[in-house]
Amino acid sequence: MSIRGVNINIQGLGYRYTSRGKPTFSNLMLESKRGEALAIIGRSGCGKSTLLHIIAGLNRPTEGTMHFDDKKIEGPSSRWVMMFQAPHLFPWMKVSQNVGVGLGFAGWPEKEKRERVDEALRLVELQDYADTNVQDLSGGQQQRVALARSLVMEPELLLLDEPFSALDAFTRASLQRDVRSIAKRLGFNLIIVTHDIDEAVLMADRALIMAGAPGKIVHEFEVPLDDPRQRQDPAVQAMRARLLDAFHSAAQVAGAPAEENPDQADTESSSVSQHA
Amino acid sequence: MSNDAAPGAAAAAAGLTGTRTSRAAEAAGRGVVNFSLGLLILAAFWWLGGYMIAMNPQTQSFAGFGLVQTLQSFPELWQLGKLQKAIVASGYRLGGGMLIAIAIGVPIGIIMGRSKRFRDLSNSAFQFLRMISPLSWMPIAVFVFKAWDDSIIFLIAIASVWPVIFSTAAGLSKVDPAWFKVARNLGATPLQMLTRIILPAISFDIFTGIRLALGVAWVVLVPAELLGVTSGLGYAIKDARETLAYDQLTAMVLTIGVIGYALDTICALLIKRFSWHRGDA
Repeated sequence: MSIRGVNINIQGLGYRYTSRGKPTFSNLMLESKRGEALAIIGRSGCGKSTLLHIIAGLNRPTEGTMHFDDKKIEGPSSRWVMMFQAPHLFPWMKVSQNVGVGLGFAGWPEKEKRERVDEALRLVELQDYADTNVQDLSGGQQQRVALARSLVMEPELLLLDEPFSALDAFTRASLQRDVRSIAKRLGFNLIIVTHDIDEAVLMADRALIMAGAPGKIVHEFEVPLDDPRQRQDPAVQAMRARLLDAFHSAAQVAGAPAEENPDQADTESSSVSQHA
Repeated sequence: MSNDAAPGAAAAAAGLTGTRTSRAAEAAGRGVVNFSLGLLILAAFWWLGGYMIAMNPQTQSFAGFGLVQTLQSFPELWQLGKLQKAIVASGYRLGGGMLIAIAIGVPIGIIMGRSKRFRDLSNSAFQFLRMISPLSWMPIAVFVFKAWDDSIIFLIAIASVWPVIFSTAAGLSKVDPAWFKVARNLGATPLQMLTRIILPAISFDIFTGIRLALGVAWVVLVPAELLGVTSGLGYAIKDARETLAYDQLTAMVLTIGVIGYALDTICALLIKRFSWHRGDA
């Protein structure tokens, strides 16, 4: 499986659910380099999931542009695939059929499709379940099938919308570790939306904190930790504490009117900024 | 890497399937016993009723309604070709009407399920039309269509289209909207969305609607054939009554029951085959 990432360049992005409604976010800038794992953290309602849907091409922005390697993004594509909070597998299909459904849409020949599906199932260690009905799998296994369904498309970018929040702690930790290690091994980009600080520290190279209404990116942190990352590692704990402090200060920003706090945005890095 | 994907679990899943299979076999065995017993009881009552009619001098001339006489009339009906002709004629009308109902009902049901605007707009009109007795369309059908066959096909279609529409729409409204999002995300075209996501997702509901529609169509078919036409099971009943051939009349009624039951069983098997809901299989 040969996957490569993309350089992401988002300029002046804005979104309103209705033409006269308040913007969910506006004039948002974001850059991410090839193969980077980016986490967007924020409370419910700050617009982070909407942002992810727009990056996936599932929603159209009301303003701004997005480019992946100089290609303007205007709709969904199998090159940037999203994993949702729930696996949303198709229950009338077996595991292998679920994994290969995207290849089927793309008109892949059956033999090549089977080879790619087998490879993706091996990646998520579900090769023994190819012929199992997805309804017979545990929640963690179903989420692995969803991961394989995304990986089989050889995406340049994998977008994760709180994908492990419904899982138990052990399964969640295992999947967090696995997704990061697969992404690093295959070289594709990750954008993870989460409200779990630990998840951001364990999975991301860089974490952005989003807050306010309309939503804005108020903090940015590099997460320069070695792999494999362990929750109890002091460096992980220290990073977690930093992010948590920033998260709390972001919550205070969210409580105040956005236009009265234009200087709250932390611009530790030039790659992310907010122009209110 | 993972810990929740132990190969042993695959064997556990296979074990689960094995247990389910043995339970299904047990249920099927029970079903056969209940089916046979129910029919035997019905036959016993029929035989008893026929015996009493035959023993009573005042009702003796109606002895043809009895079980034995009815069964004895089948070879003659077959040799004369009456039975085959009636079944073919009725089958043609039923098939034609049902095909039209499905061809119209499924797409309308899908649009209804997908579009709230269409659902709101069409609801009152559809509910109004649905409540009109199908046979009351007969004078209009005769006026519009030149052939009696076409009129009956129209009556069957208009009677059976509603269950197909409403069942399809109800099925679609229950579909997880995230499936559409996932499919779009994986590059599904609108046609692929229809054929690979929507239709498999609601096939259970479509076949349930067809099963209900078939029941309605079968009920409408016989009275419709009592009017005007000179073929079909309804006509054969009318003809037998007029010639006082009560054994043949009852044989036709029995044929209607057997065919109706067989069609319903086929629909039930299709529902089971296409159902992905746990507990339906």
